[in-house]
Amino acid sequence: MTAFFHNLGMPFDGAWLLATIIGILLIALPLMLAVAMIIYADRKIWAAMALRRGPNVVGPFGLLQSFADGAKVFLQETIIPSAANKTLFIIAPIITFTVALMAWAVVPFDVGVVLADINVGLLYILAISSLGVYGIVLAGWASNSKYPFYSAIRASAQMISYEVSIGFVIITVVLWAGSFNLTAIVESQKGYYGFLNGNGFNPLLFPMAIMFLISALAETARAPFDLTEAESELVAGYQTEYSSMAFALYWLGEYANVILMCALNAILFWGGYLPPFDWAPLYYVPGIIWLFAKILFFFFVFSWVKATVPRYRYDQLMRLGWKVFLPVSLFFVFLVSGFLMFTRYGGVQ
Amino acid sequence: MIHILAFYLFATLVVCSGALTILSRNPVHSVLWLIMAFFNAAGLMVLLGAEFIAMLLVIVYVGAVAVLFLFVVMMLDIDFAELRAGFVDYLPFGMLIALVLLAEIVLGIGIWSAGPIELAQRAAPMNPEMSNIQAIGTLLYTRYIFLFEAAGIVLLVAMIGAIVLTHRARGGVRGQNIARQNRRRPQDAVRNVNQPVGQGVQL
Repeated sequence: MTAFFHNLGMPFDGAWLLATIIGILLIALPLMLAVAMIIYADRKIWAAMALRRGPNVVGPFGLLQSFADGAKVFLQETIIPSAANKTLFIIAPIITFTVALMAWAVVPFDVGVVLADINVGLLYILAISSLGVYGIVLAGWASNSKYPFYSAIRASAQMISYEVSIGFVIITVVLWAGSFNLTAIVESQKGYYGFLNGNGFNPLLFPMAIMFLISALAETARAPFDLTEAESELVAGYQTEYSSMAFALYWLGEYANVILMCALNAILFWGGYLPPFDWAPLYYVPGIIWLFAKILFFFFVFSWVKATVPRYRYDQLMRLGWKVFLPVSLFFVFLVSGFLMFTRYGGVQ
Repeated sequence: MIHILAFYLFATLVVCSGALTILSRNPVHSVLWLIMAFFNAAGLMVLLGAEFIAMLLVIVYVGAVAVLFLFVVMMLDIDFAELRAGFVDYLPFGMLIALVLLAEIVLGIGIWSAGPIELAQRAAPMNPEMSNIQAIGTLLYTRYIFLFEAAGIVLLVAMIGAIVLTHRARGGVRGQNIARQNRRRPQDAVRNVNQPVGQGVQL
């Protein structure tokens, strides 16, 4: 796109800036629409599993429910507690929302369809997702209220714990692909056994795929790891004091993060924009459709888990992170690098 | 053009947030300004072409170290008057550190202007074909492997030390054995008794 504007007679810098801004809008606006629809989907799936109907009043089949909710919170009054730290109280949801959008810059939607095709794409995603905890911690502290503060402490401990195992899981995939670039990682998954696309079909990486899925649940604080907003203990967690648009920003950011984690599951382990089978006719379907199908599948799994699994206790959560996932993922890093050393890189020299 | 703008933006923000780290009265705000400084320093490194270091800076410092800082500072109940009182006592020591840092910066700039990148090139010749990660990896795991492993051992010792210092064995604690809990079946724990009227249950 930069070349297009450059050919129209703009200076290169200006063309690049314009192209990047258009690219950002092309990702962010559909993402917001996707978040609205996926919240509706989440509620519908959850309702179906509880034998309820879910939202069905606003629009056909209740499709416009999220927009009605959005309009409602938009019209509400913003209440800032008098004892709160005002600046941080307002900045915290903005951080959550911005960070949730930032990570999408490196996600490849098809061959070459990516805003920033950088060498360290996966590290960038790790870096950005480690920023996500600030939105929650600051909300908890700035609210100057008991339950948000408890929730903030829980959130930071939980996110740091599971980032460690996510890091190791990612390392195994990077070792296999030999690159941190997300497009290169997707391309490296072509043709397992001659007909399958996806690291998940590799017996060494399949356990990592499962572990990544569970860690992703914990990292986005979805059920059964939603201890940060456990309503039976902490009112509404870090969002307790929030109202109106600030609350909506948390909502949007949270679901944008969930979609991102589903996309990462698809990209790292199940072939991203590649079709599941390495069969020529399937490549005529645009890659973006395969990616969306995989994202939707994983989102369904997330909702399914939310509807069926009871919430973990906090000590169980920490135990799973530190005593199960950390040693197992570390072991797989050894296993995968050892396997690659003897097969691909020609053994000990 | 955009590079230059970005450089001045990041540089100004680093310097300002660094200053605000020491100037702000609230310790939580201080930590937040520090995080801002880290983040913009990472931006500067991206501009230099060291994207791997930049990402590591964000992951390690912003994502982990600063979170723990914030964690601790948030829970402290700090008396600001007491903090101010120690200012004069620590002034000479602070000045000493400032002088040392100033001397280091002057030395660094002096060496830099003496011969541009030749020193660095001689110490670690760079292959322009390689990406950042590969270049650092090949250096770390070949030439500097022993230093790298020594650093790892130092960290391990530090970790064990921290655990030894803080861990205290408490008596009378009944820990859970998850495997045993999962192994337990209803027939181990529950018994159905068809109890005749007027008799007690044999437990």
